Amino acid sequence: MDRRKFTSSLSFVAMGSILGVPVVFGKQIPMGYIPLGLQDPDPFELFNKDKQMVVLNDRPWNMEAQAHLLDDKVTPNKYMFIRNNGKIPENVDAEQWRLTVDGEAAKQSKSYTLQELKTKFPTYTYQLTLECGGNGRSEFNPPAKGNQWTVGAVSCALWTGIRLRDVLEDVGITSKAVYIGYYAADTHLSGDLSKEPISRGVPIEKALQEETLIAFQMNGEDIPLAHGYPLRLVCGGWPASASGKWLERIRVRDKVHDGAKMTGSSYRIPCDPVAPGEKVPDEKMCIIESMPVKSLITYPKTGALLKKGQPLSLRGHAWAGELEVKQMQYSIDFGSSWQDCTLDRPANRLAWQHFSAAITFPKEGYYEVWAKATDRDGNSQPMVLPGWNPKGYLNNACHRIAVKVR
Amino acid sequence: MEAPQNFEETARQIRRLGTILFAFFAIVAGIVLFLMVDPTLSVFQPKPKLEFSEVPESYPEGDFDKIENGIHLRTGFVQGEGLMAVVNNCTNCHSAKLVTQNRMTKEGWQATIKWMQETQNLWDLGKNEAIIVDYLATYYAPEKKGRRENLDNIEWYELK
Repeated sequence: MDRRKFTSSLSFVAMGSILGVPVVFGKQIPMGYIPLGLQDPDPFELFNKDKQMVVLNDRPWNMEAQAHLLDDKVTPNKYMFIRNNGKIPENVDAEQWRLTVDGEAAKQSKSYTLQELKTKFPTYTYQLTLECGGNGRSEFNPPAKGNQWTVGAVSCALWTGIRLRDVLEDVGITSKAVYIGYYAADTHLSGDLSKEPISRGVPIEKALQEETLIAFQMNGEDIPLAHGYPLRLVCGGWPASASGKWLERIRVRDKVHDGAKMTGSSYRIPCDPVAPGEKVPDEKMCIIESMPVKSLITYPKTGALLKKGQPLSLRGHAWAGELEVKQMQYSIDFGSSWQDCTLDRPANRLAWQHFSAAITFPKEGYYEVWAKATDRDGNSQPMVLPGWNPKGYLNNACHRIAVKVR
Repeated sequence: MEAPQNFEETARQIRRLGTILFAFFAIVAGIVLFLMVDPTLSVFQPKPKLEFSEVPESYPEGDFDKIENGIHLRTGFVQGEGLMAVVNNCTNCHSAKLVTQNRMTKEGWQATIKWMQETQNLWDLGKNEAIIVDYLATYYAPEKKGRRENLDNIEWYELK
């Protein structure tokens, strides 16, 4: 039976009898709202995602886009990947929400309501690239454990909020400040409330950048729940795990933050390159900071059949963590020769850049269009897999689409 | 001695009437409750096919651990020796999808279990551990992919 139809016709008394407990404050529940206990497990509806999004995991929720879904210059919510380490918080009350800043290197402990944050500090909007550190993991050989992301764990939405820097200045930090660590309202999968699912952070230099935001809006609206409502730290260009969702506390540390998934091998790669499959002790693993240069062909979708002589308009985005992309190229001969694409400047620092090219194919046959970006420092995307690492991070190999000309 | 007999007969009739009345009201109450819950009688209409069916909502009695075409329907695990030990120990905290999308050697699965025990509150698996590791290493073993795979599963379409 259709759950939605079922619940829409239910009284709260009846709902209570199904849930096995009375629905306290049942009268206060808005019309049309379905309590979580009865919620439809359809994640596309739950999170307002497009049906073409791919679910990698349903507990915790992890979902990625496909390359052609990311064609928009500013990523809308429906195409934005979801990466969760724990359970999404329930019953978020924005009125009661508080952000606390404290820590060894904070001059005081200070707590703010959302209203205080919004009115006390100037507001900024930036388009910020957020890519999961494990985007592309599925290609590594030997395979790395974790969610097997392909290419779609990247987004570039508009984030509106206040600068973390302004808040840190208001609280006051000492010269001992080295790192900031975030704590959030999501809960551990095991149900153990004493465990943090994730508590990462960034060095103080990154925390003080103009574009590092405590955001309360995404694409001009309240941040969707799955993306951190009501408050999210946003550190563009770094592994998206540094951008803590459901932000409740920022701790100013006098050492590298040691919260959950900061230590061991989490979000770390070998400090020195290793052979595929090599064992790497934890002390030889270094924290990932800026994400590497990368690009994605978002049009056309792979599998295009063209008529002989039919031109192809190629487009997509390129990004390079902290750096700007200075050159974008494509190849239709498996990397033997490369042609330049038109490359736009970023909307702001840490935003992805759009590229386009008009391609004509010399004769009939099977082609692959490969895309390669080069950053300001001269680093290019490799055509094969980059350096193997135990956890399968930072795969920035050239994106490829298949094309047939008949 | 007719009066007591009549009395017993009347009592029996009243009891019978009471039972009938109770059954009648129970049925009426049942129908009313059903209509309250499902006024459109949608339960009798054919169920639309859901696109997302990885997390079926409920199973008829006995179908909870149904296996079809070698796949344990509720979790998506491959049928094989040790399946239920894996279902019962590895899907309590996280989804089966976190397991089935991964490929590891015996050593890798062993290390993952150890990591979950040390950091993620996984319990001591006792004699099930060997069964679980063997199952995973058999059915979810790594495939050699080389340094870059061919593009596959391409859905060809006419580009206008």
